[in-house]
Amino acid sequence: MISLHFLFVIVLVVLGLSAVVFKRNMIKIVMGLNVIAGGVNLFLISMGYRQGAVAPIFTNAPDLLMVLPTPQALTLTAIVINLTVTALMLSFIIMLYKHYRSLDSFKRRLLG
Amino acid sequence: MIRSVKAASLIILLALLLLSMMTMRPFGVPADTSMDDYFISNSQQEISSNNVVTAVLFDYRGLDTLGEASILFAAATGVFLVFRRSLSGKR
Amino acid sequence: MSIIVKTMVCLIAVPVTVFGLYVVSHGHLTPGGGFPGGTVIATLVALMLVAFGKGAGGKLGGRGFLSSLESIGLFLFAFVAFLGMGSTFFGNFLANTGGIFGDPVAFGSNPGNVNTGGVIPFMNLAVGLEVFAALSLIILIMFTHSKEDTP
Repeated sequence: MISLHFLFVIVLVVLGLSAVVFKRNMIKIVMGLNVIAGGVNLFLISMGYRQGAVAPIFTNAPDLLMVLPTPQALTLTAIVINLTVTALMLSFIIMLYKHYRSLDSFKRRLLG
Repeated sequence: MIRSVKAASLIILLALLLLSMMTMRPFGVPADTSMDDYFISNSQQEISSNNVVTAVLFDYRGLDTLGEASILFAAATGVFLVFRRSLSGKR
Repeated sequence: MSIIVKTMVCLIAVPVTVFGLYVVSHGHLTPGGGFPGGTVIATLVALMLVAFGKGAGGKLGGRGFLSSLESIGLFLFAFVAFLGMGSTFFGNFLANTGGIFGDPVAFGSNPGNVNTGGVIPFMNLAVGLEVFAALSLIILIMFTHSKEDTP
């Protein structure tokens, strides 16, 4: 049986991992990590979905059947942490570029 | 050589994930909802907040948010620290 | 940047700020809260840096000002959390007391009352301040640095 949401999660995670594994440019590796984070966030949100439910906010709510609020709160946490980690990784990349004048992660001096 | 090993391990991972998709729960049917049902039915009386996500974020699971804010602070401090040489002008 | 970009940034500066403050201050009623609102206001800093160059960073108060705003936000968040120590850490001591932000709410769909939420509006403000300052600091530092000696 094919569950479409999990299929999208698999596609995102494997695409991101392949970018991390095969690419040599460090900025593309960071992009791959962001794609993986998108897949994980999609997985968390889709695990908390309830059929035919509305967002868990009572202001003018049309229905009292609501999706689970805890995965949404955890996804908010995950998004902010992903943002900060991305900022830190990009600043490390800027410093590495200043020192080595190259973005290639397979360079001899970076590997050693 | 290394490239084919990487590709093979990625294909194995893809196969495992696709295998786990076969036993996935159907979409829209969460596993255990007792905690979230408690949050939904009690957040208005206990926290007096209409937004259940905010009530979970800032009250029921406030320590999570404190850690998140600390991580944001630490990341900004880390960016500051990485660039401290070039910011102070001597390089 | 060209005069078109500068004028557009000046035009949308006030609506963006008001929208961000709305998202922060109505976090307990509508979708939003401290994190999205702070991010919305921080996008304005990125726009101003792109449009006006490095000089806009000094007009915003510089790195020291933003860094102290960030510390103040985190400190306020933990301080409000500690004020609820009478019951638990992060205890909501203002809810249902009838005072400031203390109106009780009945279960069910309602049009929303701003004067509810207990300590949640204060925490939203503190977190919004911290997120705005931290993101602006990151953007400002990375921008001013990367402009320095790119080949």
